[in-house]
Amino acid sequence: MGGADISGRQSSAAPFAIELRGISKAFGPVQANKDISIQVAKGSIHGIIGENGAGKSTLMSILYGFYKADAGEIVIDGKVTPIPDSQSAIRAGIGMVFQHFKLVQNFTVLENVILGAEEGGILARSLARARKVLADLAREYELDVDPDALIEDLSVGHQQRVEILKALYRQADILILDEPTGVLTPAEADHLFRILKGLRDQGKTIILITHKLREIMETTDTVSVMRRGTMVATVRTAETSPEELAELMVGRKVLLQVEKAPATPGKTVLEVENLRVRDTQGVERLKGINLTIRAGEILGIAGVAGNGQSELLEVLGGIARGIGTIRLNGRELDLTGRHSDGQSRRADGIAHVPEDRQVLGLIMDFTAWENVAFGYHHAPEYQKSALLMDNDAIRADCEKKMATFDVRPPIPTLAAKNFSGGNQQKIVVAREIERNPDLLLVGQPTRGVDIGAIEFIHKQIVALRDAGKAVLLVSVELDEIMSLADRIAVMFDGRIMGERLPDQTNERELGLLMAGVSGEAA
Amino acid sequence: MGRMPKWADAVLVPLLSLIIAFVISGLVILAIGEDPVEALKIMVTGALGSTYGWGYTLYYATNFIFTGLAVAIAFHAGLFNIGGEGQATLGGLGVAVACLMLPWPHWSLALLASVVLSAAFGAAWAAAPAWLQAKRGSHIVITTIMFNFIAAALLNYLLVNVMRPRGQMDPASARFPAETNLPDLHQMLGWFGIPFAKGTPANVSLFVALIACVAVWAIIWRTRLGYEIRSFGKSEKAAIYAGISPVRITMYAMLISGALSGLMAVNTVQGEANRLLLNSVEGAGFIGIAVALMGRSHPVGVFFAALLFGFLYQGGAELALWTKIPRELITVIQALVILFTGALDDMVRVPLKRLFLASGRGGQ
Repeated sequence: MGGADISGRQSSAAPFAIELRGISKAFGPVQANKDISIQVAKGSIHGIIGENGAGKSTLMSILYGFYKADAGEIVIDGKVTPIPDSQSAIRAGIGMVFQHFKLVQNFTVLENVILGAEEGGILARSLARARKVLADLAREYELDVDPDALIEDLSVGHQQRVEILKALYRQADILILDEPTGVLTPAEADHLFRILKGLRDQGKTIILITHKLREIMETTDTVSVMRRGTMVATVRTAETSPEELAELMVGRKVLLQVEKAPATPGKTVLEVENLRVRDTQGVERLKGINLTIRAGEILGIAGVAGNGQSELLEVLGGIARGIGTIRLNGRELDLTGRHSDGQSRRADGIAHVPEDRQVLGLIMDFTAWENVAFGYHHAPEYQKSALLMDNDAIRADCEKKMATFDVRPPIPTLAAKNFSGGNQQKIVVAREIERNPDLLLVGQPTRGVDIGAIEFIHKQIVALRDAGKAVLLVSVELDEIMSLADRIAVMFDGRIMGERLPDQTNERELGLLMAGVSGEAA
Repeated sequence: MGRMPKWADAVLVPLLSLIIAFVISGLVILAIGEDPVEALKIMVTGALGSTYGWGYTLYYATNFIFTGLAVAIAFHAGLFNIGGEGQATLGGLGVAVACLMLPWPHWSLALLASVVLSAAFGAAWAAAPAWLQAKRGSHIVITTIMFNFIAAALLNYLLVNVMRPRGQMDPASARFPAETNLPDLHQMLGWFGIPFAKGTPANVSLFVALIACVAVWAIIWRTRLGYEIRSFGKSEKAAIYAGISPVRITMYAMLISGALSGLMAVNTVQGEANRLLLNSVEGAGFIGIAVALMGRSHPVGVFFAALLFGFLYQGGAELALWTKIPRELITVIQALVILFTGALDDMVRVPLKRLFLASGRGGQ
């Protein structure tokens, strides 16, 4: 039961800004939300935390009118308010900031703000009004954005502010933010939280959905924990700890810190010299990368998404072409010719856990066993004859890997799309690590992965390092880089801004490097 | 379970779509003042009521198996090969070359030669659009359909100017030597003492088609190439990650597809006409698309869908013969079947899925 008897910062007599009573929602046999009840006090920041697939997004979609609940009711300001569509949600004063922004790239800020809220056919009047409102909001809440700037020219952090402005312009009193910091630098995230606190102090109610415990601890007043569709607890943030929340989320004790011995780097495995990559539009995405990784070492690449990390992984993994020099164990790799594809890289001893497992790493419609052979389908142990594959052997191998990596459910014939994010990732990691590569490329290993699986995947990566292999880790999660990497290189705009040792740096310094402030200035 | 079981997706959906198509066809027949029940009776007895009818139904079905498989294997690679017409036209050229090239002592050798050449010619005709798609990004739908016209024009030219025997008026090749004539079902079943009507066009090519079904199944689900084709068809990005070359897979899938289309000519040109005629493909290349859609790109599904379309072809011909229902209406019926089983099958699938979901929940 969602035992939610905490009234936040206000006396229990006042009506809650928003109250959910017994919300249930099933998708076929899957019960995404089971009898969820929460009460969020007016003028408070309420966090909702839970693993992937715990039902957070479903709950918020119900609140915003995307889904209709099978049972239960939504109460806003003490009144039962049915929300059949997003228009009703807006009318009820609910504003939503999605993880992926819904902005028109080649419109100005002002045009985006009034989009869908224009008053009449003449735009000039609404634009003038919006300009004034925006100026007021900027003053009040530190929400400065140039109203005439085009969205495509704005940084991600500013784009997010436009999303918040859009909601406020529609007079939202309740603001829901879904994983808002995924794309932000630490400094931008701090700024966002300052804005949110300002909004709260002005009486707005904020619901923050995240999987980052630190954000919950720093910003929220109360927090609800979801696990497998149910609300397992609602607690005052001041009275809980990250460890307790993690345990509530997973249902067992979790190790938040990666346990690893100091690295004992050996000979150089990977040398990258002056690596340059252009994308299909001819834009240079890597502008001369130099780095080395030694055996038994994890090099972490920190940076805000989109600063060339993906391209680096793609060139090393044989997906994209580039110019420059890459040497693996002293041997130069082909960067443009016949031997620059994924098959050659695998043969050279490079394994790749790609950033986006659903787009690159797995064929979602394929079964688990078909995916276990993916990329290694030429491996001799998977062949029956010159022409035929040995499907039985692959299935047997899949069963073995599923057992070692605790993939659930351990059914090789189940399609990849039917596994949870964490289990999908375990399939990919199992496939790549079990090849015992000299160099493992890992992109966002724990994105969309539940805490229990994160712990496991981190252990596997460290184990590979301890076996004397080189690991290149790319992650936008600074916490992950800080705790996993033996050395940290920060990327910004296709360049490496600097290298740091994790125990001799801090988030602030890395954050400055991530924002493009050069090493000397930081 | 609550999820739609596989058999329902494979059998129930096409069956319901088919019933809807037939019901609407019946209404159309009713609207022009004919008796739909009588019409259905004529179609069924005409196509399936005698071994004579079966002889025609299976002949047509053989064509559709080849073209259906051709479209199906391209579908698995995410490619839409609508150039079956052109590839089969060129296949016919291959058959003619095979049959006229050498004096074959026995039909079996001639069959072997025409199988090889028709497949090679069909594949060659698919190679150009495939290469353009793989290397230049020219959309294969556009190029294959253009190649249909080029093939028709090419055949026209060759028949009129090159292959037509001196003194012959119609644009057709010389008649193939009698040794190359393929045994029909009457002869073949006669070897085993099974009676089958004389004079029907169904011939040994039917068994080539069945072998092709098995071969395509094996290629798609048992070989490394098939694995790569399916990977590429599901996600090009993931395929590149896995080191699968898009150029290579596009080429291979289209070559196999073109070869299968080309093989169709063995049935029509060598099995039936015994000479190369203009337009011996008769739209079978396009029917192949419907067959592959309805057969869910699976060789077993393709086989049954081809049989259905064979039935529609033969039953339709009978209908035109015995009733006042105009020939055009047959095309309407065929179109309705294509519409409902091919293009609109989600119309049946989605409600059916809901039904299964609801029953699943009720049963829990």
